[in-house]
Amino acid sequence: MELKVLGPAKPAAGGCAKGSCGSTADQMAHLPEAIRDRVKNHPCYSEEAHHHYARMHVAVAPACNIQCNYCNRKYDCANESRPGVVSELLTPDQAVRKTLAVAAAIPQMSVLGIAGPGDPLANPARTFETFRQLSETAPDIKLCVSTNGLSVPEHVDELVRHNIDHVTITINCVDPEVGARIYPWIFWKNRRIRGRKAAEILIEQQQRGLEMLVARGVLVKVNSVMIPGVNDEHLPEVSRVVKEKGAFLHNVMPLIAEAEHGTYYGVMGQRGPTQAELTALQDACGDMNMMRHCRQCRADAVGLLGEDRGQEFTMARIDAMAIDYAAAMERRAAIHAAIEAAREDGRAQQAAMTAPAAVPAGTRPVLIAVASAGQGLVNQHFGHAREFLVYEAGPAGVRFVGHRKTDQYCVGSSTCGDAGTALERTIRALAGCEVVLCSKIGIEPWGALEAAGIQPNGEHAMEPVEAAAAAVYREMFEAGALDAAPAAQIA
Amino acid sequence: MAYSITSLCVNCFACMDVCPSRAIAEAKPHFVVDARTCTHCEGDYADAQCASICPVEGAILDPDGLAANPPGSLTGIPPERLLALAACSPA
Repeated sequence: MELKVLGPAKPAAGGCAKGSCGSTADQMAHLPEAIRDRVKNHPCYSEEAHHHYARMHVAVAPACNIQCNYCNRKYDCANESRPGVVSELLTPDQAVRKTLAVAAAIPQMSVLGIAGPGDPLANPARTFETFRQLSETAPDIKLCVSTNGLSVPEHVDELVRHNIDHVTITINCVDPEVGARIYPWIFWKNRRIRGRKAAEILIEQQQRGLEMLVARGVLVKVNSVMIPGVNDEHLPEVSRVVKEKGAFLHNVMPLIAEAEHGTYYGVMGQRGPTQAELTALQDACGDMNMMRHCRQCRADAVGLLGEDRGQEFTMARIDAMAIDYAAAMERRAAIHAAIEAAREDGRAQQAAMTAPAAVPAGTRPVLIAVASAGQGLVNQHFGHAREFLVYEAGPAGVRFVGHRKTDQYCVGSSTCGDAGTALERTIRALAGCEVVLCSKIGIEPWGALEAAGIQPNGEHAMEPVEAAAAAVYREMFEAGALDAAPAAQIA
Repeated sequence: MAYSITSLCVNCFACMDVCPSRAIAEAKPHFVVDARTCTHCEGDYADAQCASICPVEGAILDPDGLAANPPGSLTGIPPERLLALAACSPA
């Protein structure tokens, strides 16, 4: 099958042999054109696309057929942003109306996904009815599904029939011993099965489902939740196995576990990984194509990946909207064409600005945080940023390594209880970054950032992110700032 | 007596989808079992289907009125741990 395309990537100029390494623009470069074409406007499958295109999830799938230790089925909150959480459950008809309304209001929208709040394939009638209607009424919108994998084999034909081009399977393990510590039970062949036996069945179904989808030409992304002490050391093996079977992208996400979420891991005190642990594991996952821009969004999220505009599109509001669907589709086509043209320009500009790397190999890399509201540009005011994109600039180029949220009500137990201001929390979230690029910044945060050893920089406003990061890195090199170790930061 | 659903139900449709007798209906504030239609799955399955897929402890009562899935039986969280948490969090 043509889709087994992941290996062996040509070593990037500069020496790193990892297919996942190098600048983010190059990340997809080793994929065949046919696949790049299929993911180029999918924000969840292409790091570059997520600056430009929006997605939404419709919550039509409340039932689940397994229990995961990081999930609490009782949870439902408007202020929480994480998988499995929704505010308003929809019928398929409502979901279709909502999708068409959002796609009319946000013409950057390219993707509609069903991801819960339970498992889409444990709700086949509601899930496929939604897909069936949408493939008729909004044929330009890509449909995708995110599943735990237990029921993939029995639904492969139907997924293909509805033109579901992208499927995400959450695979946290390929070893039942590990699985028994993640999944307390599954519902299988009309029984609740527990323990190691449950994990064995789930793993077998996931792997079979992955193989069947790949054989049918569906693009499969694998999500894994990194759970320190449970599956962290095991995930490189998972990455190797799923790559071998034809998954084209691996997304390792950090465990989210707080006692107040009421999950097994949260209540029992299981910790999530640190950013450094997550990055190290992503780097350790061989030459699998790694995804690092996941925002772990809600099962009813709406908008660009870094934002959630779900509150603007409650069913009450949608029912009050008058929408010309045909006109909306034309407008989407025009906007998408404009985005593609702008991306082409951006790439040219990027290439021109980053081309001659004047920094010698061996020079230490620098983490650069960027405030961006989209389009791949440094175009957001520091104070408006609810998250920062983090890039690592080095002699070989600039690569995207992750994002840091600033609007979390709690950024970890070490900070709990102290009355840190929003600015202090943001500075803590930026720990390890030496520069923050933004379009503008106030005097007070400027001083506070400098005092904390992070250099604010507003001189690259409206420039493409990677080109700006490369320019700053060159400036730092020329100023001799890379000769010494980074300045000590005050956290 | 039949199986029944308590106010702990989160309205996830899972039981309704798997009930072989179509005895479960969506309702407010939570799903309900029609006691006349419920067969306890006898003749269809070894285990009551609603009780076997329900993710919430205490949400389904067996014909004797006892929790089909008592506290701790699905999540593995020791009930005393939950009580301790409830006691120290603001209501």
